[in-house]
Amino acid sequence: MPVISYIDAVTQALMEEMKRDPRVFVLGEDVGVRGGVFRATVGLIEEFGEDRVLDTPLTESAIAGVAIGAAAYGMRPVAEMQFADFIMPAVNQIVSEAAKIRYRSNGTWSCPLVIRAPYGGGVHGALYHSQSVEKIFTGVPGLKIVMPSTPYDVKGLLKSAIRDEDPVLFFEHKRCYRLIKGEVPVEDYTVPIGKAEVKREGTDVTVISYGLTLHFALQAAEQLAKEGISVHVLDLRTLIPLDKEAVLEAVAKTGKVLIVHEDNLTGGFGGEVAAVIAEEAFFELDAPIKRLCGPDVPAMPYSPPLEKEFMLNPEKIAKAIRELAEF
Amino acid sequence: MATDIKMPQLGESVTEGTIAKWLKKPGDPVAKYEPICEVATDKVNAEVPSTIEGTMVEIIAEEGSTVEVGQLICRIEEAGAAPEKAADQPEAKTEEAETPPAAAEEAGETSMKARYSPAVLRLAQENNIDLSKVQGTGKGGRITRKDVLKAIETGAATAAAPTPERAERKAEAAPEPVSPVAKPTIAPVKPAPAAAGITLENGDTEVPVSSVRRTIAQRMVMSKHEAPHAWTMMEADVTGLVALRNRLKDEFKKREGVSLTFMPFFIKAVVDSLKEFPYLNSVWAEDKIILKKRINISIAVATDEALYVPVIHDADEKSILGLAKAVHQLAEKTRAGKLELKDMQGGTFTVNNTGSFGSIASTPIINHPQAAILSFEAIVKRPVVKDNMIAVRDMMNLCLSLDHRILDGLMAGRFLKRVKERLEAYGPDTQI
Repeated sequence: MPVISYIDAVTQALMEEMKRDPRVFVLGEDVGVRGGVFRATVGLIEEFGEDRVLDTPLTESAIAGVAIGAAAYGMRPVAEMQFADFIMPAVNQIVSEAAKIRYRSNGTWSCPLVIRAPYGGGVHGALYHSQSVEKIFTGVPGLKIVMPSTPYDVKGLLKSAIRDEDPVLFFEHKRCYRLIKGEVPVEDYTVPIGKAEVKREGTDVTVISYGLTLHFALQAAEQLAKEGISVHVLDLRTLIPLDKEAVLEAVAKTGKVLIVHEDNLTGGFGGEVAAVIAEEAFFELDAPIKRLCGPDVPAMPYSPPLEKEFMLNPEKIAKAIRELAEF
Repeated sequence: MATDIKMPQLGESVTEGTIAKWLKKPGDPVAKYEPICEVATDKVNAEVPSTIEGTMVEIIAEEGSTVEVGQLICRIEEAGAAPEKAADQPEAKTEEAETPPAAAEEAGETSMKARYSPAVLRLAQENNIDLSKVQGTGKGGRITRKDVLKAIETGAATAAAPTPERAERKAEAAPEPVSPVAKPTIAPVKPAPAAAGITLENGDTEVPVSSVRRTIAQRMVMSKHEAPHAWTMMEADVTGLVALRNRLKDEFKKREGVSLTFMPFFIKAVVDSLKEFPYLNSVWAEDKIILKKRINISIAVATDEALYVPVIHDADEKSILGLAKAVHQLAEKTRAGKLELKDMQGGTFTVNNTGSFGSIASTPIINHPQAAILSFEAIVKRPVVKDNMIAVRDMMNLCLSLDHRILDGLMAGRFLKRVKERLEAYGPDTQI
């Protein structure tokens, strides 16, 4: 199986889905001639032409709105927000329109739309290019929220998202783009939305994470194995719909839970996961549910030492796991 | 040198007390005999006086913890005991300030021993594991889920299915503190004495047994178990007494400030009759029967939670007025939770006014170790034959339970008959 990068998995998925289904098209800022600022859509305009690879104005509300209209018309748009930070002007379209079309039309209409957005820090992007925005949408029924951490999952989940009949927000951690590589099959496959995956089996502490921090957790687990601490790691992969069954199963493995995400602590999705555990797995718990998240500060600092302080890393996670293991 | 202060003996049957409230905190000056804490025992609340003058140094037994008599509860530095030390106290203080981390760490080793997580409790229950036998490897000695899983695997610490007898013994052993520090009252010492075939269903509520309730239960069982109860009942015509009371009560209340109830009349009749039949005022002591000289009447006073039997001492020396006031005071104290130990001790015979809540017959349980107990039932108007005519009379039943080891029916019957005669002797114009 060829080893490819996280961003190559995005490109491959788009390429293959556009070939498979002529209704699929991409739109966004610089997705065409430039091939995307991160080069995620590279080669698409050459392959499919500017009718299916649309360079749009710098108007995220329009990108989302046009995509929603096209989806309602029967197309399969894949809209790109150049940075997740820029999604804010499109929130009204996404929350009030895309999420509610099926409900509002009593199931007559649907909105088979994918919005891709690179999120997260650790790339010296500072305030406007580092935000994690998932918590803005996790509480909005009608949206699916996918946040893969490996190239295999990126490709399989993006394909599932494009084939889904409802709006999917597809958040890609931009630090993972060229950092994370993995084996991806050449032949067509999909990964189902709404299914978490155990990335490592363990018996002492369960870590639940997604995105970049999932890799940090795996590194921490590797380190801690040498200290005799056995860590169970669950990759949520999809936040909404949450794979409760997998979460509860993972909790039952150890009774000690650490939830890790880069999005800040307060109001972050970890709180929802913790609530589900507290409600449905109380008698499995052997320790208080712990969260390790980004700090509750307004923005990612530009100063490198401060950015490092903001970002999670394997050491911080290892420390939190160790504390739980000792409890 | 700090002096150890121990849980004092607060009455002959008291084996343990719960620290209700500390009145002094470390650093407070304490005068000799000054109360240092409030203790709730089986039946009364009492204050523990300091045995020396000095300064409170350390509180060992926390509020809410139950401590056995004789166990250390705090330390008091005696005044003037160490004048030298007082001089370099600042130094001692800094030293102290430095040491706590180590001390805290050491103490922390078992601080979490009895903190069970949901997973640990569930696994222990499902697998019948006695957690007190499991070694905790977690922080502060906490028993982790893994520790329980290991115990299940090795088969160690399996608790034998508790038989009722075992549960009882366990309950008795409970007051014994594991460490010098008293166990907290909430410690799961007796996790499930409900083992005796009692199952909980949805919607059932478990009410923890208070120390008062437990004492009542123990005493009742002891009495029924030890003393073979016999029971007899007589009927008294108290029409005259009712008329007398009706005539006197308003003026009595105005003059004395307390209500004139029937209770003083009942007690008076009992007391006078006891003098004629001293065996009713006695105690069974295996190889002998002790006839008590003093006549101390226990009266049953119920609150919503429990039944108390405070004592009117030397009731034979009191008039109707004196008895009325004594009854009133004891009832007030009981309802206010202010009974003291001396109010509870020394009873020789118990009078129970069950009529106050409408009962017309009861079989009371003897107040151990007394010889008998007499219930006065409700006074009801009934048609009775008097002088060969049907008349409407105020009738009342007298129910006597007696310890058949001490008394036989004949003597008890004679006693009861005298009580009846005394009550029936009252007329509307009797002087009291």
